[in-house]
This record gives sequence, C-alpha cells and structure tokens, in this order.
Amino acid sequence: MIPSDSSIQFDENGNLKHFLTINGLPRETLINILDSAESFITFGKREIKKVPLLRGKTLVNLFFEPSTRTLTTFEIAGKRLSADVINLSASRMSTSKGETILDTVRTLEAMHTDLFVVRDTASGAAHLIASHLPDHVRVINAGDGRHAHPTQAMLDMFTIRQSKQEFSNLTVAIIGDVLHSRVARSQIHALNILGVKAVRVIGPKTLIPTEIESMGVTTTSDMVDGLDDVDVVIMLRIQRERMDGQLIPSEQEYFNRYGLTEDKLKFAKEDAIVMHPGPINRGLEIASNVADGSRSVILNQVTNGIAVRMAIMAKIMGARESTMNEKQS
Amino acid sequence: MNLVIRNGHLVDPANGINGINDIYISDSKIVAIVSASDKSAPDKFSIDDDIDASGQYVFPGLIDLCARLREPGEEHKATIESETRAAVSAGITRMVCPPDTFPIIDTPAMVHMIQNRADDIGYAKVHPLGALTVNLQGQRLTDMAMLMDAGCVGVSNALETVENTLVMRRAMQYASTYDLPIFLTPKDKWLQGNGVVHEGELSTRLGLPAIPEAAETVGVARDLALIETSGVRAHFDLISCRRSVIMIAEAQRRGLPVTAGVAIHHLLCSENDIGAFDTQYKVMPPLRTAQDKAGLISAVAEGRIAAICSDHQPHGVDAKLAPFSEAAIGIAGIDTLLPLTLSLVTQGNLSMGTAIAALTINPAKIIGINAGHLAVGATADLCLFDARKKWRLDDRTMQSKGRNSPFIGKHIIGKVTHTIISGKTVFDDPAQ
Repeated sequence: MIPSDSSIQFDENGNLKHFLTINGLPRETLINILDSAESFITFGKREIKKVPLLRGKTLVNLFFEPSTRTLTTFEIAGKRLSADVINLSASRMSTSKGETILDTVRTLEAMHTDLFVVRDTASGAAHLIASHLPDHVRVINAGDGRHAHPTQAMLDMFTIRQSKQEFSNLTVAIIGDVLHSRVARSQIHALNILGVKAVRVIGPKTLIPTEIESMGVTTTSDMVDGLDDVDVVIMLRIQRERMDGQLIPSEQEYFNRYGLTEDKLKFAKEDAIVMHPGPINRGLEIASNVADGSRSVILNQVTNGIAVRMAIMAKIMGARESTMNEKQS
Repeated sequence: MNLVIRNGHLVDPANGINGINDIYISDSKIVAIVSASDKSAPDKFSIDDDIDASGQYVFPGLIDLCARLREPGEEHKATIESETRAAVSAGITRMVCPPDTFPIIDTPAMVHMIQNRADDIGYAKVHPLGALTVNLQGQRLTDMAMLMDAGCVGVSNALETVENTLVMRRAMQYASTYDLPIFLTPKDKWLQGNGVVHEGELSTRLGLPAIPEAAETVGVARDLALIETSGVRAHFDLISCRRSVIMIAEAQRRGLPVTAGVAIHHLLCSENDIGAFDTQYKVMPPLRTAQDKAGLISAVAEGRIAAICSDHQPHGVDAKLAPFSEAAIGIAGIDTLLPLTLSLVTQGNLSMGTAIAALTINPAKIIGINAGHLAVGATADLCLFDARKKWRLDDRTMQSKGRNSPFIGKHIIGKVTHTIISGKTVFDDPAQ
C-alpha cells in the first residue's frame, strides 16, 4: 500500500484547495470539473469572453521549465476569469547557488499572490511549494518532473468525453515514453477514476517504468495487440534529447514500431480518436496525415485546455457557478 | 579515581553477561564485575564515586561504523566537537568516519589532525577511515600503510565507486598486504545514474529517477569476486537489499573474510515511507522495499549482518527544503541509534544480545580494536540506558548539529543517562 500523494490537496473539510495530482481525487470531483468546463467552453465563442469570478485575485504563472501552450492557456484562462495575471518564466539555479525555489515562491507570496500555477523540472516541486505556503494561497501543478500534469489530464478527459460521452465502455491505449511522462501518469489516474474499461500502455521496455501495472494498466510492446479494439489512442511525445541510442536505437526504428500511421490506426476501432499532448514530432511518434487527419482531436485538446483550466481555477478558488450567474444577470 | 556502578542490568554479549551486576572501575579500567547475589566489593577498593543504575541497562560504549562529522570542510553543518559531544549523549563512545571530508582523508596529516581534534575535545573517540584511492578518484592508491600507521582503522572510497576493476583489485591486494580492512559501499555507477529512490512502485508513481536493486547487487558481485582473488578483509558497510545479503552470506559460508553492516534506518523504514516526496527519507543507498527491510532484519537476527550503524549525515534545516531529487542525502542519526535499534528488540525482531553486539563487539572486531566489551581489565567505555524513558526527538534540542531526521516529532523510547569513557563520566543527563 503506497501512501497517497493526494491528501495535501484537501482542506480540513475535504474541499479541494490545491490541484497537484489526479491521484486520490473522487470521481465526482473530476465530473464536476468536466461539467463546469462545459459551461466555460461557450465563453470563448462570445464577443465578451470575460467573467468576473477571480476579479481582484492575483495569479502568478511560475514556470521554471520552458512552455508555450500550457503557459499561454493558463494565462488566457486566468484573464478570462478576470484575475490579474503575471507570467514568470525563470530558469532555476541548482539548490546551493542562487535563490531556492521556496525563496522565490515566498517572495512572490509576500506580494499577495492568491494562486500559483507552477511548472518545474523536478518531481514533487508543486507539493513542496504547496506545503510551505500560508493556508489561503492556492497552487495548481502545471507539470512537475515526471510526476504529474493534472490539468493536461483533465483537458484530455474533457476531449475524450466530447467524442465518446461515456467513459465506462472505453479502452484507451497510451503509447510511447511513459517512463518520462507526467502526462501519462496523470491520464492513467484520471481514466481509472472515471472508470474506463481498460488502459493499455504500449512501448519498448526501456520506456515503460517498472511496476506500472500497479497503477491499473496492462502493458504490451506490440502495437497490433495493443491497438486492438481501442477507442482512444493517446500518443506521447518523444523528446529528442532521449534519442541518445540507449532508450531508443534510432528514430527510424522507433517510428517503424511505434509511430502512429494510417496502417497501424486500422487496428483500433473505426471511430477511435487520436490524441497527443503536444508538441508533436511529426514523423517520429506520429505521421503527419494522422496528426492532421479526421480522427485527430489534437487541436481540440488545445482549445479545451482553456475552459478546463478555467474550471479548475474557479474550483480551487472557491468561485462557484452560482456566483457567476448572479454576476452575469 | 574509583567508580562503582551499582545494580545495573549489564548486557555484554562478548562475555555472555546479561544480568544485574555491580561494575567496579579504577582509573580507566574495569577491575571487577560482581553479580547482584554476591555483594562483595573487591579488596582495597575505596569508592570515590557511586552511580545507582537500578532499573537501567549498562551497555558497552557503542561503536558507530559510519558517522560523518563534517569537519574539516563543512563546519557550518557540524563539527568534530558538536558531533562527538552528541555521540556521547547517545551512548556512542567511538565513531568511524568515512574519508570524504574536505580535504579528503588521504594523507597521514589529515588522520592526525582529526584524531588530535577529537582527543583534545575529549568526548567520543574518532577512528578515521583512510581514502582507498587518491582524492577518491579511483585511479591511484593512497599510502595505505602510512595511513594505517597514522591510525586509520580501514580504507574506503566512501560513496565514490572505483570504476576501474583492475585498480580495485590492486587496492584490495595492497590493503590485504597489511591486513587493513576495506570498507565497501558497493554500487554500479551506471545503474545508479541520477537515481534518488528505489526502482519500484513508488518511483513509478512519483516519477522520481530510480535506482534498481541491481545497482547494488552488481557492485556486491563484482567486489566479492575481487575479494576472493585478493583475500582482503572487507566490510560492506551499508547494505540495502535482501539479495545482497544472500550473496554475502554465501561468500561467508565459503570462508571469505567479509562482513556486512546496515544503517539503522534501513531496518526501520522502506520506500513507502517517502509517501508524498518526504525528503527526510532521502538516503543513499535508497530505502528499498518492505521485503528488503524484513530481509535485512532477519539477517541481523541470524548474524549475517554483523553491525548496525547510524550512517550519520548531519545537515542544516535548509538542506531538505528542496524538491526530492535536489534535496540533500542522509539522516542525522546518532541521537537515535541506540533507542531505535532497541525498538527492534521490543518488537521481538532481535534479541537484546544480538542488538547490542551489532552496536559494540561486532563493530570492534570489524575494525580490529580491543573495545566493545566489558570484561575485567577492559577499558571502561560504557553507557547507562533508561529503557522506560519516553521522549520526543525535537529539532531544537537534538544533540547533533544536524536538523535532518524523519524521526523528528516522533516518540522515542529509552534514553542514555550516563556515558563513561576510560572511566571518566563524559555525559550525565542533566534531566536525571
């Protein structure tokens, strides 16, 4: 029995106060976020896209690791909720030199930040920050090392629900570098909590972490077996810096075995959707015609990211839809 | 100066003593041990001082085979003075320090410096290990015979691996020429990589860089093969895997001169304790599985692991306030070595004799010193331990200058009340 890394996310009344990992969240919480995101999705299409839910609140996007789409969608999400948004992209010096991660956060907290959105290269960074801030400050994990990327997983669940409605009959395949993927870990938790039929993880053994089965998945290294009867195909990004000839022999070899092509996609269900958290390596993990093809929902994922992040921010800041409706009327 | 310690429950595994005794000490030596039934004092013994140890245990002074004192080089973390004083408050009378100070202990001058500092201060004695290779770089052998003459009780490459197998073999051959024991913390550098936790369910869930069991077992296998060809006396000081014990036990059965040790935290904690990135549990070698922990405990009980050490690594409070992979390694363990070891006796995992032997006579034998026992004629290094005393480890009142321990805030049962070195009381708990 592994103790949960989840308990720190709840206040003493069991309400969600941080959003650090999907692990340990109740199914209702996930459904509630998806439903709430549903109501936000229409906002993006309006002439006036703002709601005053977080008016007067200060949001700091603290990114210690480079990011374009995640940072941008958090910024837009914060602004549409009327928060004051500050983006800080910093490269972090290693511990002994310069300011520590906690010093940076405490300095910003002293400027009365209400919500931190944190991305860091180290697993557990968001937990560390959340456990050293005063009670009223909230933290959203925008990706910590290989550990978790819970908002990405939620937007992926939202995108799956847009196409598939029910989770309970779905078989989902996650393909590629699971070892280094915080996205995959969060997706696995979310899919299991939402009660899908099966989650399969596909890749060479060098990219599949030991005892991943304990998280509720089956593993295979064969795309034909793995994609059989699958409803959702999730491709993971292969980082080029992993291509040093030890985890994967070569790009050609990887694409040959695991790259998603039209031919391989035929083994999945006819109406299977194709997802990718981005950014894509065309011709390495996915063929261009599949990425841009009719079954790809990759751009929907990006669009949905804004609404889902609005829903998560509103939830942990305690802003309810009822308040929203009052202010609207 | 004549001292008598009355009515204490003396446990001295080396001499098979386990019962109520009066201990008579004259100057630095034990002159008589008299059982409770036989109340006769030795002849011509005028008592200068008298300690009533009723209800307390009396143990030989503990010998900690792995304790970092941080001096020289990192005096902001701890000093020889702070840590030898903390040691005696915890019943530890001798400490073996690894050579990875700054500068490295690879010259006789460094050995003299450390020993002289410790002797001047007058608390626990310090036995340095000399570096196995110059600057711990794994390339050139140190002047081992001179290091030994200067007072080193063994040689070690600390946590650095000697990658070159031929250098390792020659280092072992050379050390064995002088019957100098070699301390080994075996690991394969490549399998270890940048790992910070055991490779298993926890590393997968938390997404932390992992260290497979094979990082240790490959190192043990390699070193055992080299020990066999060199005949060196070897001590694997920090074993973390059950499988390593099996390999070492097999070598012992074949008569190889190898011993094994374990850090107390590997007998009490497993990877699961890391929970949600608790950096206080970040140690090296990493905490392994619950099965490994159970296997290590049985190995101590069966004598295949001879010694329990603190693997003391004091740090300031900030060192652990970082993301797990960047937080400092180690536990400041001397405050709790004895009570935590004895908690395994209370839980029925170890006999009292085995536990005390693992902290006294066995480590003494490993480093080849005449200590760790309380026979008549032996040096009077001992401690009194009140097993009824409950206390809480508090980072403001820890005796070590280190502030890093997963046991901070936890209740500890049993505390040392007096420590005596060479017949002199060096610690007398003011709370008594």
